[in-house]
Amino acid sequence: MTSTILEMRDITKTFPGVKALSNVNLSVEEGEIHAVVGENGAGKSTLMKVLSGVYASGTYDGAIVYRGEECHFKGIHDSEHKGIVIIHQELALVPMLSITENIFLGNEHARYGVIDWNANETRTGALLKKVGLKEDPKTLITNIGVGKQQLVEIAKALSKEVRLLILDEPTASLSEKDSQALLDLLLEFKRQGITSILISHKLNEVNRVADKVTIIRDGRTIETLAKKDISEDRIITSMVGRSLDDRYPPREPKIGEVVLQVKNWSVYHPIHAERQVIKGIDIDVRKGEVVGIAGLMGAGRTEFAMSLFGRSYGRRISGEVLLKGKPIDVSSVSKAVEHGIAYVTEDRKTYGLNLIDHIKHNITLANLPGVSRHGVIDDLRELAVANEYKAKTNIRSSSVYQMTGNLSGGNQQKVVLSKWLFANPEVLILDEPTRGIDVGAKYEIYTIIARLASEGKAIIVISSEMPELLGITDRIYVMNEGRIVGEMAASDASQEKIMRAIVRGEGKAS
Amino acid sequence: MSTESAPAPKSGVAEDVAQQPRVAVSALVTNLREYGLILALIAIMVFFQFTTSGTLFKPVNLSNLVQQNSFIIVMALGMLLVIVSGHIDLSVGSVAGFIGALAAMMMVIWPLGPLSNPLVVSIICLIVGGAIGAAQGYWIAYHRIPSFIVTLAGMLIFRGICQALLGGGSSVGPLPDGFKALSSGFIPDVIGSLTLIPPVVNAAGKTIVGSGLTLHMTTIVIGLVAVLAYAYFGLRARRSRERHGYEAEPFSLFVVKTLVTSALALFLVYQFATYRGLPIVLMVMGVLIALFVFVTKRMTIGRRIYAMGGNAKAAQLSGIKTERLTLMVFINMGVLSALGGLIIAARLGQAVPAAGLGSELDVIAAVFIGGASAMGGVGQVIGAVVGGFIMGVMNNGMSIMGVNVDWQQVVKGLVLLGAVVFDVYNKNKG
Repeated sequence: MTSTILEMRDITKTFPGVKALSNVNLSVEEGEIHAVVGENGAGKSTLMKVLSGVYASGTYDGAIVYRGEECHFKGIHDSEHKGIVIIHQELALVPMLSITENIFLGNEHARYGVIDWNANETRTGALLKKVGLKEDPKTLITNIGVGKQQLVEIAKALSKEVRLLILDEPTASLSEKDSQALLDLLLEFKRQGITSILISHKLNEVNRVADKVTIIRDGRTIETLAKKDISEDRIITSMVGRSLDDRYPPREPKIGEVVLQVKNWSVYHPIHAERQVIKGIDIDVRKGEVVGIAGLMGAGRTEFAMSLFGRSYGRRISGEVLLKGKPIDVSSVSKAVEHGIAYVTEDRKTYGLNLIDHIKHNITLANLPGVSRHGVIDDLRELAVANEYKAKTNIRSSSVYQMTGNLSGGNQQKVVLSKWLFANPEVLILDEPTRGIDVGAKYEIYTIIARLASEGKAIIVISSEMPELLGITDRIYVMNEGRIVGEMAASDASQEKIMRAIVRGEGKAS
Repeated sequence: MSTESAPAPKSGVAEDVAQQPRVAVSALVTNLREYGLILALIAIMVFFQFTTSGTLFKPVNLSNLVQQNSFIIVMALGMLLVIVSGHIDLSVGSVAGFIGALAAMMMVIWPLGPLSNPLVVSIICLIVGGAIGAAQGYWIAYHRIPSFIVTLAGMLIFRGICQALLGGGSSVGPLPDGFKALSSGFIPDVIGSLTLIPPVVNAAGKTIVGSGLTLHMTTIVIGLVAVLAYAYFGLRARRSRERHGYEAEPFSLFVVKTLVTSALALFLVYQFATYRGLPIVLMVMGVLIALFVFVTKRMTIGRRIYAMGGNAKAAQLSGIKTERLTLMVFINMGVLSALGGLIIAARLGQAVPAAGLGSELDVIAAVFIGGASAMGGVGQVIGAVVGGFIMGVMNNGMSIMGVNVDWQQVVKGLVLLGAVVFDVYNKNKG
């Protein structure tokens, strides 16, 4: 006995100059997990903002029918009142408040404005149990990891008597293990009768939990697939409007001599001085080679890369870095850049871009001497450089004068890549280069990586997506708990092999 | 929505002539903030010209206006960089007061012999200002102490030292004439003056002051050269962009902008020429403004400051030495605060314990009226200068009108709030 809990009919939303959604239809059955997929910028988030009332009724055309009645949400409060709760990609938690305070923020159990903390904490305990989070309700949000923060968000949603839970890219910043736990939780909710809408880029996840998939492209509904028709290939074809025979561009590696060698690299935690985060790592990369670093979230991969890149992370850093056999000094970012090392961050918004400045200024930032003489910038040369790299990396924008903050994730990533390509490095460290970007843009990034390798750059790719590493690298290091626990040629690596190395490494470490 | 879905026009290449009018409108809209600010200044000037029955634009009043407000604008140049880099400096008024006191003590009280020469004293004072900036900047840059707190401490410390130096409530003076020329002097007329209408001589054989019309020709020549250079460089930059196939702003807009600016500048120059010529302090200010426009718009160090203010972490990971850059921004602020202090002392002819008191707020207000963002990363030199002039014209105009000082504060507060509200509203709309 299924009934339709939500029907969005012919939703059309226009922004000045852009039609974000045109006649989008979405029909969700009570108690199902309904995935909404589409490229970045396809209109998924806009659709969810229409649904949750962020865009008030009247600012769009079309109808929302929820549990049999037409709804006109004026704001997020209206939709929450009806049991529709949205969890955004960027978590909306206050870091310096406790779990309890966050869960009941704006909704505290109180009498005459005086908060009854005992009641709140008891309820929090029950909610945390439901989402499987073993933490003291008094713990500050800042002290728990992203995965657990996500669970707190969900607990917060549950506290509002949610009937329809919307998750916008919930696993984008979660490790494999946390992602699995979260998906299991969704399945558990389904058993309890809570309907979920899951927005995701990760097709294997969609495949695993979704009962139905609706694909959106360019602001239109392409199709809705039932469980039996769901396949990754089918979804990808619908998403990009063309079939992607191969998700990774073909490449013939031409591998030369060793370019970068890191010996016995050790790093301690910046605050907990006794904690060793990186424990004696040795790696090397050759000319024209793409080397992957696999591992779970928290394995220390980013910490390793950042400590290498001008001591941008950690304390008491020791070890040796050799470039073409000669020891080099990488004790500051500018020194590392001078020696031809570039690091493309995993968090482009926080560490990669000046979001309130335009593409041109962002691209030249790491190599201003390249467009200036005696400290004076040659405006035209800079413009030429920006346009050149915009074309090279296929940044889609009206011009190089567009604010990077207004670009989609894929295009932002291309701007960060351009910045480092213009710095002309010999060694390029890419940290999660395709996180949070859509299938089409991913392919473009892979193509750029392949081209750079063929030009003779040495490339290190850090990624949590194992298929990606297997698809684009020549050799893979496996990292766990600050150590290299395995090394294999990509040709004879597999997801199972990598996981086994991690698990074995874990055994060794304890 | 991302802009990807919009049809992507060819990047920045000017070849679509049919788009011209639309481009003109959009260029006008994008520059509304900049033009709006200048229009606001003109509107305020016209308003006071009427309410003061024409006193505002009288040559003698224009000279006064410049002499009274130049220290605000000089300090606003430094404050702009401080605010763009994401910080604030509350100590500038106290530092200016302290430097004024130091200069007076060196020139008048302490037996320094040849070292009490005004030029030597000024140079020493600027160096001391830089050292103060470095001392404050050190804690802000290398120890990450919030600038608000460090400079609040500096505000107390340097006001205290200023008063202690002057021995309690007394003032120290008079300062030598050579020093006072910094504020109240005019550039010498090396070319010679041109008498258009000879002054009226009365029966007793004395000339009547203010009658006749004599032009300070050096001022006229400097004015003409500056305006021509402005037009020439503007045109050259346009040509260069066009030659390389890049879109410049529409020609009509460029012409109107250049003509209006030039006409306004020439009018002011003419007014100065009929009096005693260009004030020295205006020349100092003009050179500094040009320098800071160049540094912020064209130099790598300026670009790095904006990048640091926009996203310090990203700037650092792009190889920018953010600590050193922050230190330099505060050293620069210290030097300009010292210059501001010298200008105040020179205008008053003596050092007083309250010199520069509260001026940090005028300086900060000028920068925010000029469109800088309190979050850092956004702000223009010209905006801060125009913001400073808006404050100055209002001070001057309301004083002539006889508006009570208390109510002047209220009006200035409302203008500050209004300007920022307008800015935020515009941004959200766009």
